[in-house]
Amino acid sequence: MSSPLIIVEDLAKTFVLHNADDATIPVFAGLKLEVAPGECVVLSGESGAGKSTLMRSIYGNYLPTQGAVRVLHDGAYVDITRALPFQVMDVRRRTLGYVSQFLRVIPRIPTLQLVMEPLLENGVDVEEARERAETLLAALRLPRAHWGLPPATFSGGEQQRVNIARSFIRNYPVMLLDEPTASLDAENRAIVVQLIRQALDRGAALIGIFHDQDVRDAVATRLFTVNDFKAAA
Amino acid sequence: MNAMVQTIQAAPLLRVEGLTKSYGHVVGCRDVSFEIRPGEVLGIVGESGSGKTTVLNCISGRLPPNAGRIEFDTSRFGLSDIYRLSEPDRRRMQREEWGFVHQNPRDGLRMRASGGANVAEPLMNLGGRHYGKMRAATIEWLERVELDTRRIDDKPRHFSGGMQQRIQVARNLIHGPRLVFMDEPTGGLDVSVQARLLDLLRELVRDLGLAVIIVTHDMAVARLMADRLMVMKGGFVVETGLTDQVLDDPQHPYSQLLVSSVLQI
Repeated sequence: MSSPLIIVEDLAKTFVLHNADDATIPVFAGLKLEVAPGECVVLSGESGAGKSTLMRSIYGNYLPTQGAVRVLHDGAYVDITRALPFQVMDVRRRTLGYVSQFLRVIPRIPTLQLVMEPLLENGVDVEEARERAETLLAALRLPRAHWGLPPATFSGGEQQRVNIARSFIRNYPVMLLDEPTASLDAENRAIVVQLIRQALDRGAALIGIFHDQDVRDAVATRLFTVNDFKAAA
Repeated sequence: MNAMVQTIQAAPLLRVEGLTKSYGHVVGCRDVSFEIRPGEVLGIVGESGSGKTTVLNCISGRLPPNAGRIEFDTSRFGLSDIYRLSEPDRRRMQREEWGFVHQNPRDGLRMRASGGANVAEPLMNLGGRHYGKMRAATIEWLERVELDTRRIDDKPRHFSGGMQQRIQVARNLIHGPRLVFMDEPTGGLDVSVQARLLDLLRELVRDLGLAVIIVTHDMAVARLMADRLMVMKGGFVVETGLTDQVLDDPQHPYSQLLVSSVLQI
């Protein structure tokens, strides 16, 4: 079996709110998880169990209290929790993709440009980037008339598809999917399921949160219960 | 071989160690240390009086510190303490390898010279003598910052604040600097003008692979522009990290207060 692309070791996260009498909110502790190429691990647990916190800790967006998150990058493991910012940026640019529930991008840049951006940052030339962006936006059935417009005024489902396009345009070896299908209709969900399967077929390692049972059944290779590592309050 | 992929090199372009500056009994900044690499954008955030402008002025060679070292990877001498270079060498390095975008365009432009002359001046200062080439470069840069090239001979005061700021940006990038300092570059502008300038700066920084140190008190500007942040309070750096980590999961009490104080619209 090939080596895992993500190794989460003994991970703990407790939030300390200094401006609220130093209130502490323990989320999880001693969490262990490995994800191999071609695996799609779906995080389960009720709302508030820490699924998103785990995702964000793996991405380096949240700072874990303890433990390590090792991501295979250029043939070596980089511990996201301890790497320098420029190293994390490099891992994110080339290895680790993240699809959030919300489009948090520059509201004024035209959609096509936004989708091309991750490719341009990786040195792909403009023509090829444009072609791939157009192909993907068409596959996601985003009306062509929208491509030249900034997504600020789009509907939730349209913004979500721009968001998905921005991440799936790069064939990231590791992807984190935080409810990518949340505001999509059945047809668009099916398209996203197809994109996820293609990613798995080329050997990507995926971690996802899906509330939609159909999507979960269609892509999960196993479930991971975050509650099992619930930290004591 | 795969397509060339741009990666940030590991060698620092600027290294700051133990930087301390006081104004009499008043602390400007104390024991500030950090590094910046080619292609990185570092944001320095904090409220007024936190020391962020003092840091910027010290590291850009404009304000000698009381203690500490500021080393820059100069193209002529390699990594050197900028305050140990001779005055002419330091000035030459500043002209050749750095840019400095002021909050107020009046501080960064010569108001009596034309917009075009302001943009071309750094080339002349660096020994450019071919008028046609310099004019072509100036026109190219005016276009890049989306200014009407027919107004090349107008004085800065005839341009709006946002346009003046774009002239200042062109003036500071035309000579191909490796490191650009920015002090609240969108500070005095209307929001829509600010937004357009930010988009432009983002694009230029990405296309040119610049290292940028940007001082701002605006968290939205920090999130948009910076790869990583340094949060200052009372002259000290209280937190550093990736921009989204500092803004989404701030650790220090002051950073938490700063982030939770941002108004949402």
